[in-house]
Amino acid sequence: MAILDKHKILETNATLLLIFSFLVVTIGGLVQITPLFYLENTIEKVEGMRPYTPLELAGKDIYIREGCYVCHSQMIRPMRDEVERYGHYSLAAESMYDHPFQWGSKRTGPDLARVGGRYSDQWQMDHLRDPQSVVPESVMPKYGFLEHRKLDGKYIGDLMAANAMVGTPYTDEMLENAVADFRAQADPDSDYDGLLERYGDKVNVRNFDGQSDLTEADALIAYLQMLGTLVDFSTFTPDASR
Amino acid sequence: MSKTPEKQPGDPNTTGHSWDGIEEFDNPMPRWWLWTFYATIVWGVIYTIMYPAWPLVQSATAGVLGWSSRELVQQDMVAFEEANAPWNAKLVETPLEDISKDAELQQYAVNAGGAVFRTWCAQCHGSGAQGAPGFPNLLDDAWLWGGTLEDIEYSVAYGIRNEESDDARYSEMPAFGEILEHDEITQVVQYVMSLSNAQTDDAAAQAGKVVFEDNCSVCHGEDGTGDVFQGAPNLTDAIWLYGGSEEALIETVTNSRFGVMPSWENRLTPAQVRAVSAYVHQLGGGQ
Repeated sequence: MAILDKHKILETNATLLLIFSFLVVTIGGLVQITPLFYLENTIEKVEGMRPYTPLELAGKDIYIREGCYVCHSQMIRPMRDEVERYGHYSLAAESMYDHPFQWGSKRTGPDLARVGGRYSDQWQMDHLRDPQSVVPESVMPKYGFLEHRKLDGKYIGDLMAANAMVGTPYTDEMLENAVADFRAQADPDSDYDGLLERYGDKVNVRNFDGQSDLTEADALIAYLQMLGTLVDFSTFTPDASR
Repeated sequence: MSKTPEKQPGDPNTTGHSWDGIEEFDNPMPRWWLWTFYATIVWGVIYTIMYPAWPLVQSATAGVLGWSSRELVQQDMVAFEEANAPWNAKLVETPLEDISKDAELQQYAVNAGGAVFRTWCAQCHGSGAQGAPGFPNLLDDAWLWGGTLEDIEYSVAYGIRNEESDDARYSEMPAFGEILEHDEITQVVQYVMSLSNAQTDDAAAQAGKVVFEDNCSVCHGEDGTGDVFQGAPNLTDAIWLYGGSEEALIETVTNSRFGVMPSWENRLTPAQVRAVSAYVHQLGGGQ
């Protein structure tokens, strides 16, 4: 066949072979990826999702920095055993403000997609300091140093601006008040009305690590205590035919 | 030098490639291999027809079988829910104190409750309910908020000192570091230690008794046996949530410590709350 004879040109020219191989892989990639951008059911609309507060966003960065994702996934799969253990299966929309997302299948520790509110702040702090003190079977390392590393929120506005650039809908008002909101969330004695106004009434405002300084432990626990709590599944039922 | 064997009559044709005189037979692919290959192509086509696959304009093709992972998990959940429904209904309808009178129902409650406990409660209270520093042991007879089935069910459903539930149990010990002098605190700690017959400095304990009566007895009782209506622990039983050493007690009195327990009424079904209450109640300390 004529086309097979033409194929010989590619087989005998390494540069052409490379170029055409790349083209084929590109087409394969486009076919798989492009529909995700326009198909309407890729990310369903849910109620309750909001961008991370400044403190939670900082906590998320600490989560990534410390490699928590290496042992903990944040994706509850639609299977009965997972739903019974962790709660409602995860929806794509629940990761819509994650840059990068924290899904995964490597679980040395449990899935954390809905860990928010499941334990007290004190437990989270005790557990970060010495995981085996509360869960003797645990193999998690200690993260007690987080409560000694103070945060001033100096660059939190820049971090939020960077997230806004990749699509998180932070308003100008949120960006302007970044540092104030950052500090207010870990200080229940402060004036945090603005924070609640911008991010919603459900935002946890507490002294998460139980000590006066604003530390990385505050940020991380604020992040953990919010995970999976934004969508209220008692009022929202996802479409089953997906 | 080896010699290239001559081509024999009956040998298959060569591909026509020749390199340094070496040629290549043009043997056909083995039949079984070829047919397997064709079968995988056919299978691939059938598969994309049967299951969700091809992206179209609005959505992807749904597939003839109508397969959906969400529906599957839903069916799975419903199947188990329906299988347990009569038991769960009975569990919720039966008055709390009568659950243990029905041996079969009690057995169901304890088993179901054990599963709930190991999933949701074990991280704080321990997989054997033995507790941890700051998180109460549920095996002993000491109960901060009461150990009857009713008390336990209330604690599980609404939690303690959380922000989620308006019905959560609530009390806060003041940080006496802001109220008392340091000497008074060390004295009252000596007195509290004497209540459970720990070795103490008698003179300091005597002085501490006055401090105790003025500041602590309102919640912990004149005799220090506590008050379950306020979650004030019994100080005479030598059971310590945050440690019973002099150092730990001074820390507790100075800065005050208290635990937080989440509310479970929204995470667990009423039957699950009852089941786990029954489980905890029968562990040993239930009143």
